[in-house]
Order: sequence, then structure tokens, then C-alpha cells
Amino acid sequence: MTQSLVQWLQDEAPRSRKQAALGNLFRAMRAVVTNPAALTGLIIVTLLILVAILASLLARGISPLSQDLVNRLAAPSAEHWFGTDELGRDIYARTLFGAKVTLTIVMLVSVVVAPIGLAVGTLAGYLGGWVDAMLMRITDIFLAFPRLVLALAFAAALGPGIENAVIAISLTTWPPYARIARAETITIAKSEFIQAVVLQGASTWRILFKHIVPLCLSSVIVRLTLDMAGIILTAAGLGFLGLGAQPPTPEWGAMVSAGRNVILDQWWVATIPGIAIFIVSLGFNLLGDGLRDVFDPKAER
Amino acid sequence: MDNKTAWAIATARQAATFLASLALTFVGLTAVTFFIGRLTKIDPVLAVVGDKASKEVYDQTFLALGLDRPLIVQYALYLKRVLSGEFGISVLTSQPVLSDLLRVFPATFELATIAIIIGMAVGVPAGVWAGARKGRWPDHIIRIVGLFGYSVPVFWLGLVGLFFFYGKLGWVSGTGRLDVFYDDVVTARTGVILIDAAIEGEWDIFRNAFSHLILPATILGYFSLAYIARMTRSFMIDQLAQEYVTAARVKGRSFWGAVWRHAFPNIMVPLITVVGLSYASLLEGAVLTETVFAWPGLGLYITRALFNSDMNAVLGGTILVGTIFVGINLFSDFLYRIFDPRLTAG
Repeated sequence: MTQSLVQWLQDEAPRSRKQAALGNLFRAMRAVVTNPAALTGLIIVTLLILVAILASLLARGISPLSQDLVNRLAAPSAEHWFGTDELGRDIYARTLFGAKVTLTIVMLVSVVVAPIGLAVGTLAGYLGGWVDAMLMRITDIFLAFPRLVLALAFAAALGPGIENAVIAISLTTWPPYARIARAETITIAKSEFIQAVVLQGASTWRILFKHIVPLCLSSVIVRLTLDMAGIILTAAGLGFLGLGAQPPTPEWGAMVSAGRNVILDQWWVATIPGIAIFIVSLGFNLLGDGLRDVFDPKAER
Repeated sequence: MDNKTAWAIATARQAATFLASLALTFVGLTAVTFFIGRLTKIDPVLAVVGDKASKEVYDQTFLALGLDRPLIVQYALYLKRVLSGEFGISVLTSQPVLSDLLRVFPATFELATIAIIIGMAVGVPAGVWAGARKGRWPDHIIRIVGLFGYSVPVFWLGLVGLFFFYGKLGWVSGTGRLDVFYDDVVTARTGVILIDAAIEGEWDIFRNAFSHLILPATILGYFSLAYIARMTRSFMIDQLAQEYVTAARVKGRSFWGAVWRHAFPNIMVPLITVVGLSYASLLEGAVLTETVFAWPGLGLYITRALFNSDMNAVLGGTILVGTIFVGINLFSDFLYRIFDPRLTAG
């Protein structure tokens, strides 16, 4: 049964669209799993998602918000695995719930950035001419901007908060996606199957959405995975400066910031959420490198 | 046409492209900051006249600021003010934002420059070594060091660094640029304390400033090191695969001789761009590092202004950082183009 399934997945001449798609997915998964670095990354990212979903279960019923001023700044112990912070809140529970916040930010940024980048890039690449020139000029201008400082200014103008941090990060993250999508579109638009659908009378929108966008997706996803670490670090930086998630939300950057004043005596308050940020960014970097090797073997090794 | 004329023409053309993209990006940058200024809920009129002003004064200022004109005209007026260095008055310091920026800039310059020197001095040899020993342990070590640099939050590394090297080991000084009792001893000629102290021969102050500077500069430099080493490695691998390297080896050059005397000179041009790019991003990374180390530079100035709703200072700082960032980026691209011999060969 499994044998024939593997054979069906690896079939050189797939008989249906679904078989071809699943076969490609299978081959990609196998390449990721056999690459130790990428596998480590995949495990870390999966763990992040699991922790975010199961946070309240894993926290052993401790709320990340409940204060216990008698036990404030307690050292790690059997009761408080990672110690407590300046309000006596359990850092273990807060770190677990922080995974939720980080995952939310990362997902929201992806949902905003990928469509903008795809729309700008495919339109510019397919239509060409003055549309291309204008859109790419704008992209270049945004590409040249300093990311963190601009995100800071945006967050300052819109007011602090997760939503505004997401908007600020997205506004400075989309340009590379537009470039990638444009480059892919230019190659795809020259291929014969596009000319065939043009002759069949497909509209420009149909060609863009049904034929070009799906083919650009894999490069965009690889790039997103590679960018995730940077997005997480920028979000944590905004949180550290007090412009991201607002208290009492357990956000890792803000938690590091809360531990600043006591770093010399109670090291765990600032250190532990920082380690969480590090591990998660490392996971996305490893997975991104692995995916790039799988999908784009020609890229820098 | 001889080579020199060709080179001069090509350079002039590249210089024109450089200036045009600089101008265009600057217009874009100011358009964005103008837009951000519109987004704030802070009433620009109240920010000038204060909330006790009468209706008449309010209306007058409203007209004087040109707020009744179309947005595009308002933007043109804004661009004109920015170009003449008028960023308005900082609410926090009651000084013109421009003079504030000029006062805090040397601190950031000092930090970023020492950081890039560290990044280059370690990153380039490390990258060459990793590239020459591709796939072996030096390569793996440098890859891990780089991966760590791409994944670790700079503000956290700063705190942990303070905890160990200042709190536990006492090897370096704590936050700030100088110990309190050394403040204002040397005149700020350049604003760069290391230079000012050296000019006056105050070596105690020089040493003190250095022990304050070394930790934040190393941490910041580490991030550019990760990037510089990675790029140097891939340039080196490309060069070592070329036939001229094999030819040099066949003629009896030692391996490292071929690496340093033949391959290395060829990667210097792209390296200029890489160093330029990481220098620009250091100015950005400085924002977080300065907050951690209470380093009184541009980054700390902008973040302080943020929390006091001092929009003039925030936007002025953003324009300054943005302009330097864009300028260095485009300029290193320009250098790359004029030093690339292929440009003049054809």
C-alpha cells in the first residue's frame, strides 16, 4: 500500500493535476527532511506552531497575566521554571504565550506582504512599458529605505500596538517580493503555454491570476521563510522599544525590555525571552536556507 | 577613442544616474515622512500655538502653515523647508531639530565607524578563509557564526554582553559614552570623543571612552561581520573556480599565495559595495544598540522623541538616517560600477 503510494507520488507521467502537485510536494518534503539543517528548522517552526496552539495546556494552568507581587523576581524553581518577572508573573507561561503573539505578527505580515508584492510584481512584469517603469521606480524607492527607522516612524505616527507594528513592518518589507514576482513573470510570460491561452482568448486578469501568480508562489514562499527571521527581529525590536504589543500582552521583545533594569541581579527576566526570539529566528533561517536549496539550487550556496 | 576618455564618459554617465536616483529616492523618502506627519493624530497647529491659543491665532497659524492649500502644494512647501534644513523645533529640547541632529550625530558616527572597522577586520579574512576551505571545518564554523548573527536580536545580545563583560567580569565600562566625572572635560571639537581626547592629549579620557565604546561597537560590528563574511566567502568561491587561479598554481604559486595575490584583488570591488551596504545598515542597527547602551546618538534621540510625541524630531531624524542610508547605498553601487573594468573595456 505505502509502496504503491510512493510510486504513485513519484510517477514520471502524472495522470492528473492533483497527482502532479502532490508528487512535487512529496519530492520537496523529502529533500527538506533529508537535509539536517532544514529538518532542524522545520522541527523548530513546527514546535513554535504547536506551542502557540497549546500554550494554555503547556503552561500547566498558570495564566501569563496573573500577578503575584510577593513572589516578584523569583529565581527559576520547580514552581516557576523560568522564574518570575517584576510583577511576579510566571515567565515560563509568558514565554509560551509569547509564541502566539510572534506567530500572529508573522502570519499577518505574510498575508499583507505576499499579495502586495505579487500584485505589483506580476502587473509590472506582464504589462511592461510605463506601468512597469513606474511600479519598479516606486519599488526601488521603498527598497532603499531604512527598514527599522521607517517602521519606528510609522508606529510612532499610528500609535503603538500589534496591528500598527504589522502595518509598519509590511510597508517596508514588500519591495523584494515585487522584484521577485516581476522577474518570474517576465520569464513565464514568454513561455508558449501563455501564448496558447492568449490565443484561446483568456483575459489579462485570468492569465495573471490563474497562470502566472500560481507559478510565482513558490519563490515568494521561499523568500518569505527566509525573511521571517528578519520580520521577527524587527517586531521584537519594536516591542523592545515599546512600540509593538502593549502591556500586559506577553510579547518577547517587550519582555526583554522589562528585564533591562534588573539584568545585573535577575538575569533570567531578560535572558529567557531573548533566547526564545533567537531560537525561533534560527529555526526560520535554517528552514529558509533549506527551502532555497530545494527550490532554487542555482542560488548562492 | 582611448581608454581614458571612455572611462571618463562612463563615469560621468554613472555619476548622473547616481545623482538622479539619489534625488528621486530623496523625494520618495520625504513624501513618506510627509505622509507619516499627516497620519499622526497630533494637530500640527496646536503643536505650534499650544492649546491655550484663541480661535483667531489658531486660524491664522492654520493659514500660515498652508494647511488650507492642496496636499501637493503642502508637500512642495515641506520639501522646500526640508531642503533648507528646517525640520522645525523639537518639543523635547526646545532647540531646532537640525542643531539637535548635528549635536548627536558624531556619537552614532563614532559607534558605527568602529563597528564597521571591526566587521571588516574580522569578516573579510574569515570569509576568505571559509571560501578557500569550502566544505571543511573553517567553513562550517564561519557559517554557524554567521547564522547566529542573523538570528540573534541585537538588543538582547547587548543586554547579555553588559551582564557578562560589565556586570560579572568588569572588563568594560557600563552604559553611556564616558564615566560621569569625565563629562565635558574635553571640548567637543569634532564630537567624536576618541579624536577630541587625542587632540588634547587626555589619554585617561581616551581610555575611558574606549572602554565604553568597545562593547557596543563589537556587538554592532558582529552583525556586519556576519554579512561581510558570508558575501566574501561566496565571491572567493567564484574566483577560486576560475582558470587563472589554476594557472597560477600550475606555475608554482602556493595555494594561499594564489588566494591572496591573485583571487583576492579581484573580489575587492564587489566588497566595496558589501561594506557600504553594511555600514548603512549599521546606522540602523545603532538605533536599538544605542537604546540598550544609553549611547547619546541619533537612535536614542529618535526613540526618546517618539515617546514624547515630538514628531518634528522623529521625522527630522528619520530623514537624516534615511538620507545617509540611501546615499551610502547608492554611492557604493556607483563605486562598484566605475571600478568594474568591464565597464570601460567595451
